Amino acid sequence: MLDAHDLRKTYQTGDGSLTVLDGVSLSVARGESVALTGESGSGKSTLLHLLGCLDTPDGGRLSLDGSRIDDLDDAGRARLRRDRIGVVFQSLNLIPSLTVAQNLAFQARLAGRHDPDWQERLTRRLGLDGLGQRFPEQLSGGQQQRVAIGRAIANRPDLVLADEPTGNLDETTAARVRDLLLELVDETGAAFLMVTHSDVLAARLSRRLHLSGGRLA
Amino acid sequence: MIASVPAAILSAALAAVPAAVLAQGYAGLGAEADGDFAVPQQGAALAFPGDHLPHPDYRIEWWYLTAALSAADGTRYGVQWTLFRSALRPGSDTPGLPGDTRQVWMGHAAVTTPDAHLFDERLARGGVGQAGVTEPFEAWIDDWTMRSTAPADADPLDAITLTARGNRFAYDLALEATGPLVLHGDAGFSVKSPAGQASYYYSQPFYDVSGTLTLPEGDIEVTGSGWLDREWSSQPLSGDQEGWDWFSLSFESGAKLMGFGLRESDGGHFTSATWIAPDGTETAYGDGALRLTPGATAEVAGRTIPVEWRVELPDEGLDVTTTPLNPQAWMGTTFSYWEGPIAISGSHDGHGYLEMTGYE
Amino acid sequence: MTRTALMALLSHWRRHKLQLATLLTGLALATALWSGVQAINAEARRSYDRAAATLGQDVLDRLTAPEGVTLDQFVALRRAGWQVSPVIEGRIRAGGTPLRILGIDPLTAPPQAGLTALAGDNDIIGDFLSTPGLLLVAPETAAQIGDADLPPTRIAPDVAPGTAVTDLATARRLLERQRLSYLLVASEQPLGLPPLSDIAELDRRTPDESTDLSELTDSFHLNLTAFGLLSFAVGLFIVQSAIGLAFEQRRQSFRTLRALGLSLRRLMVLLTAELAVFALLAGIAGLALGYGIAAALLPGVAGTLRGLYGASVAGTLAFDPAWAAAGLGITLAGTALAGAQALWRVARMPLLAPAQPRAWAMASARTLTAQAGGAVALLLTSAVLVWVGEGLIAAFACLGALLLGAALALPPLLIGALRIARPLARGPVGEWLLADGRQQVPALSLALMALLLALSANVGVGTMVGSFRTTFTAWLDQRLAAELYVTAPDEAAAARVRAAGDELADAVVPIWSVDVDLRGRPGSVYGIADDPLYRDNWPILEALPEVWDRVAAGTGAIVNEQLFRGTDMTLGAPLRMAEGWEVPVVGVYSDYGNPAPQAMIGSDALSRRYPDVPRLRFAVRTDPDQAAEVAAQLRERARLPDQGVVNQSEVKALSLRVFEQTFLVTGALNVLTLGVAGIAVLTSLLTLSGLRLPQLAPLWALGMRPRTLAALEVARTCLLALLTWALSLPVGLALAWVLLAKVNVEAFGWRLPMHLFPAQWIGLAGAALLAAGLACLWPAIRLTRLPPSRLLRVFAHDR
Ligand SMILES: Nc1ncnc2c1ncn2[C@@H]1O[C@H](COP(=O)(O)OP(=O)(O)OP(=O)(O)O)[C@@H](O)[C@H]1O
Ligand SMILES: [Mg+2]
Repeated sequence: MLDAHDLRKTYQTGDGSLTVLDGVSLSVARGESVALTGESGSGKSTLLHLLGCLDTPDGGRLSLDGSRIDDLDDAGRARLRRDRIGVVFQSLNLIPSLTVAQNLAFQARLAGRHDPDWQERLTRRLGLDGLGQRFPEQLSGGQQQRVAIGRAIANRPDLVLADEPTGNLDETTAARVRDLLLELVDETGAAFLMVTHSDVLAARLSRRLHLSGGRLA
Repeated sequence: MIASVPAAILSAALAAVPAAVLAQGYAGLGAEADGDFAVPQQGAALAFPGDHLPHPDYRIEWWYLTAALSAADGTRYGVQWTLFRSALRPGSDTPGLPGDTRQVWMGHAAVTTPDAHLFDERLARGGVGQAGVTEPFEAWIDDWTMRSTAPADADPLDAITLTARGNRFAYDLALEATGPLVLHGDAGFSVKSPAGQASYYYSQPFYDVSGTLTLPEGDIEVTGSGWLDREWSSQPLSGDQEGWDWFSLSFESGAKLMGFGLRESDGGHFTSATWIAPDGTETAYGDGALRLTPGATAEVAGRTIPVEWRVELPDEGLDVTTTPLNPQAWMGTTFSYWEGPIAISGSHDGHGYLEMTGYE
Repeated sequence: MTRTALMALLSHWRRHKLQLATLLTGLALATALWSGVQAINAEARRSYDRAAATLGQDVLDRLTAPEGVTLDQFVALRRAGWQVSPVIEGRIRAGGTPLRILGIDPLTAPPQAGLTALAGDNDIIGDFLSTPGLLLVAPETAAQIGDADLPPTRIAPDVAPGTAVTDLATARRLLERQRLSYLLVASEQPLGLPPLSDIAELDRRTPDESTDLSELTDSFHLNLTAFGLLSFAVGLFIVQSAIGLAFEQRRQSFRTLRALGLSLRRLMVLLTAELAVFALLAGIAGLALGYGIAAALLPGVAGTLRGLYGASVAGTLAFDPAWAAAGLGITLAGTALAGAQALWRVARMPLLAPAQPRAWAMASARTLTAQAGGAVALLLTSAVLVWVGEGLIAAFACLGALLLGAALALPPLLIGALRIARPLARGPVGEWLLADGRQQVPALSLALMALLLALSANVGVGTMVGSFRTTFTAWLDQRLAAELYVTAPDEAAAARVRAAGDELADAVVPIWSVDVDLRGRPGSVYGIADDPLYRDNWPILEALPEVWDRVAAGTGAIVNEQLFRGTDMTLGAPLRMAEGWEVPVVGVYSDYGNPAPQAMIGSDALSRRYPDVPRLRFAVRTDPDQAAEVAAQLRERARLPDQGVVNQSEVKALSLRVFEQTFLVTGALNVLTLGVAGIAVLTSLLTLSGLRLPQLAPLWALGMRPRTLAALEVARTCLLALLTWALSLPVGLALAWVLLAKVNVEAFGWRLPMHLFPAQWIGLAGAALLAAGLACLWPAIRLTRLPPSRLLRVFAHDR
C-alpha cells in the first residue's frame, strides 16, 4: 500500500550538509505493522516525517496505493494527512485550547468522517470516560498519549505512524498505552509503522526495519 | 450679543510688547553712523538760542535735566527729566501723518527718594505734534514739558519750568540759572573715543530749583540745584565701547565737575572732564586726566552695578567718593540704565547725579 | 560576580532583539506623547505669562465719535496727559478675500500682536513707520493675499488670520480715511488728569464681554493633559507586557544565578539598574520624538487658543531643560510602575521553583476573577463619582476610573463573548478558532486593553466634538437668524440706521441691553422686541408655557444657561433686574461661549426701568441674497464705520473655521493614540508568535495548511479587535457623556446635548480592523514562510 523507493534527505546545517537518508526503499501493506529501529540520530523521525507527508524528500519516490505522493503540492499533502494518515508523536500531540473530546474528534471532523458511535467506543476503550470536557494540560502524560492515539485512529486512516509514542512514559503506563495502540490499529486494519527503541516491542510487530548509515538493513 | 467666540477672534489680533522693539533704536547708539547723517565737526561754533533746538540731521539728541533736591525736613530727592530724539532717517518730519516718519521721540522722567525710585516713559512719532522742541523754547512729549520762562533778551534756558507726570508720581519745578552756559571739550566739540568719535555737548549747570513733588504719600515742597545737558551726535560711541559712567558734581565751594568715562571692552576707561569754576569758567581735561574707580557694588535689576565711585582729578586737587541716595535707581525703561542722585565726600563735599549705561 | 551576572542577564536581550525593541519602543512612545503634550502646555503657559499683563486689550475702553476721531483730538488728549492710542480699522479686498486692516501707532499702543516680528531690527521699524509701510500678517494670510497690490508683508505668526497689523499712516492710506476709528484708553492713567470731556468731545465705551482667559484655557489644557496621560498609559501597556515576558523567559537564568550564589538583593539591584538604563535610553529618544510631535502640533494649538480664547501663543517651540528632566522622570516612574509586578515576582520566586517557563501570562481563573472584581470596583467608583463628584478633578477622576475599569473588564468580557459565541461555530475549525481565541485573550489582553482605550477615546472625543459641532452650528443658525447686525456709534447714527433700514430692509429689530448684576455677578439684560426673529428662532432649552407672550409683556424673563445652571435656578424663580424689580424666570436659552450671565425681557418693560439707555444695535432682516448690498447701503447712508455692520454669513463662516481649528489637535492626538495601540498589538503578536508554534504545529500535522493557519490567525486577531471595538462603543459613549454633561458644565457652564454618529463608529471599526490586521500581517506572513522542519521540531524528542 505504501511504497517508498530510494528516498533521500539531506539537511543543511551550519557546517555543511548532512545526508540523513541515503536511498531508503520500503513498502508496507495494509494490515501490516512495521517497527523502525536505529540509533539516536540515525534518521528514524526524518523517515517517518517523509512517509507521513509532513516533509518532502530530496530524492526518490513515494506512493500510496500506487499513486505518487512525493510530488504533491502543499495543499495536496495537507489533504492527504487529514484524510488518510494518523500520526502519534512522543509528546505535544494535542491542541491545547480544545477539550479532550474535541481533540479526539478533531481530525475526523476535519476529514468529514466523524462517527460518534466509533468515537464513543474509542473513548471507552482508551479509558477516557469522564475526561471528555478536560483540557490537555489537565491530563497526565499517559492520558494525553491515549487521547493522541484515539485521535489518530478516530479518523479510520489507511496509515498510522507513531514516533516513540510511549517514550515519555513510565514502563507500566507505556506498556498499557502500547497494547492499546496495537490493538486498535489491528482493528482498523490500517498499515502501521512505529519508531521504537524497544526490542521487545519491535518483536511484537510483523516486521522490523533497522536504519543505519542512511539506509535500511 | 453675538457670543464671545467671534468677539474673541476680533480681540485675538491684539497682544505682545511693542515698546521692546524700539529699544533697538537706542541700544544701537554705537552703530556706524549712516552715511546720510551729519557728523560733528571740530571748530564749528555753537550758536544760541538756535542750538537749543533740534538738529534733525543728526541721529541722536537729548535734553537732559537732573536735579539734586531736598525737602524742608532735610530728606533728599532726585529728579530726572529727559527728552530723547532718535532719527530713523535724517531730516524733519512733515506735520501731520504723512506716513513718512523720520523722528521718534522718547521721554524719561523719574523721582528718586531714599527708598523708592519712580519712573515712567513716553514714546511718540514726529510730525503729529505729540512731541517736539520749538521756539519760543519748549521741549515736550505729551504733557511733560520743559518751557522757557526767561525774559526775551536773556538766553531762553536761563529760566525754565519743568513738569512730568507718571502713574505714581508727578512734579512741577521752576529753575533759574545763576551762571552761564558751559561748553565741553573744544568749545562744545566733545571727543568720545581715541578714534575720534565725538558729539556736540554743552550744559547749563547753574540752576536753582524750587517746586513740588507729588508722590504716593503726598505733595512735597523741595529746593535744590539742577543741571541741564544738551548733546547731539550721530555715533557717540565707538564699536568697542560698552557703555559710560557719567558724573555731574556740584561742590559746596560753588565749583562743578562734569566727567565721564567710556568703558572699553578691554576694561579701560576713556575719560573726559570739564572743571567749572564758580563763575562758569571751564577747563577741559582730555583722556586720562580724570580717574574713575568703581567701588562697592549692588544687585540692581538682576545685574551687579558699581554704585559707589572714587573720582579723582589731580590737576584740580580733587579726590572724592560718591555714594548713591538710593542704589536701586534703575530706569527699567525700554532702554534701561542706572540714573540717580549721589552725595560727594572727600577732598570736596557736595551733591550730584550719576548715570551708568551698558551694564548687562 | 556582578559583572558576570550582568553579562548573563544582558545576553538575553542580544538573543531577543525584538523584545528589546518592543520594550524601548513602548517606553519611547509613551514618553513621546506625554512629553509632547506637556511641551505644548508649557509653551502655551509661557505665552500666557508673557501676555498676562497685556491681554484684555479687548476690554480696554475706547473713545469714539460719530464721524471718527481726529488726529488733533488724539494729540490734545496726549498733551493733556491721557494715555490713549489711536487705531484705524477697516476692511479692504485683497487677492479676492476680505482683509481686515488694523492700523496702530506702535509707539503708544498697548502691547500688540505682531509687533514682535519687528523686534531687533532697526531697518524694519523704519520701514514700518514709513511709506509704503509694512503689513504684519499670519502665514496663511500672506498666502491668501498673494501678490495683491499692497505694501510689503512680513510674517507675524501671532496675528490672527485675515488681519493685517500695520502703521496708522499706512492703514489710513489703504483705507482712504482721514479720521481715526477710535482711541484705546490705557487701563492705568497718570495722577491727576483733567476730565476727558474737558479736552475732547468723545464717547467712552467699555466693551461688554470679557473672558477669563486662564479659566477657559485651563479646561483646554486639562483635556490635553488627560489625552497625554491616556497615551502614556497605552504606551505603558506595551512596556509591561515586554518586561513581563522577558522576566518570565529569564526565570531559569535567575534561578541559576541565585543557585550560583548571587544574592537576591544584588539580583534585584541589577534588574532595577537594567530597567533604569533602558528607561533613560528610551526616554531620551521619546523626548526627541515628543519634541517633534509638539513642534508639529503647536501651530494648531496656537491657532485654537488664539481663535477660541483670544490667547496669543507663539507657534514655535522653545527647548526647556526642566521639561526634559520632567519627561525623563515620568519615563522612569512609568517603567517602575510597569516593572514592579515582574520584579516583585522575582523577589518572591523560591530558589527551587520549577524553572520551566510557564505558559506566559496564561491567565488562571483567579486572575480573571480578580480582573473582573477590579473592573466592577472601578466602574462603580466611576458611577459614584458621576453622581456625587464635584469639580473638574472629580470629573476627570471619574473618566480615569471608567477607562481603567473598562480595560480591566475587557479580558473577562472577551472570554465571555467567545464562550457565548461557541454554539455559533460551524465545524471543528470554527470551534478551534473560538477556543483558541479564548485562550489567547490573556496573552493579548494588555495590547487589547490599549486598543480599547484608544478606541474608547476616539469614540468619546469624536462624539463630543461631533455633538459640539452639530449643536454649535444649529445654535449659530438660531442666534444669528437676522441677516445683518448693525452697531451704531451714537443715537443720531442709530436714527439714521432705523430710517435707512425701514427703506432698505424687511425689518429692523433693536437689540439693546443694560449692565446689571444678576444674582451677584456682573451680567446684562437685553430688551427685545416681540418679533418672529426671537419667537421662531431663539434657542430655548426649557420654558414655561407662553414664554414669549410673558417676555413681551414684561411679566417674565428668559435667562441664559450659564446663569440658570450657575445659580441652580428653577423655572418660575424670581430674578432681580433692578432696584425693586423682580420677575419670574420663564425660560432658559443656550448661549455658548459667553461666560457672563444674561437675561432677556420685553423691550418696553426694560425701558420703563432704564429709560436713558441708548439703543444702538439692530438686527436687520432682509433677503439673504441682498444682504451684502443692504450692508453696503446701510454703511453709506447711516455713515457707519466698517465694523458697524456685520454680515451673518461671514460671522458664521469665521466661527466655524475657528471651531474646526479648535479640535484639530484633539483629532491628531486621537490618531496618534490609535497608532500606538496598533503598535502595542503588533509587538504583542510578534513576541507571541514564537510561543504559538506548539499550539499550531498539531493542527498542521493533522492536515491544515500553513496558509490556512495564517489566515485563521489574522481572522482571530481581527475578531478580537472587533469585539474590543464593540466594547469600546459603550465605554466611549459613557466617556462622551461625562465630557459633555460633566466636564463641559464644570469648565464652561453649559451643557451640550449628546448626538450619536454611527457612521463614525463604522469608520472606527474599520480603523480597528486595519490596525489589528496590519499588526498581525507580519507574524502571519512569517507563519506561511515557516519550513516544515521548524514545525516538526515541536514534536522532536529533545525539545
Ligand atoms: N531540521 C533539521 N536540520 C538539520 N539537521 C536535522 C534536522 N532535523 C534532524 N536533523 C539531524 O538529522 C539527523 C537525524 O535526525 P532524526 O530526528 O531523524 O533522528 P532520530 O533517528 O529520530 O533520532 P532519535 O532516536 O534521537 O529521535 C540528526 O543528526 C539530526 O541532528
Ligand atoms: Mg526521533
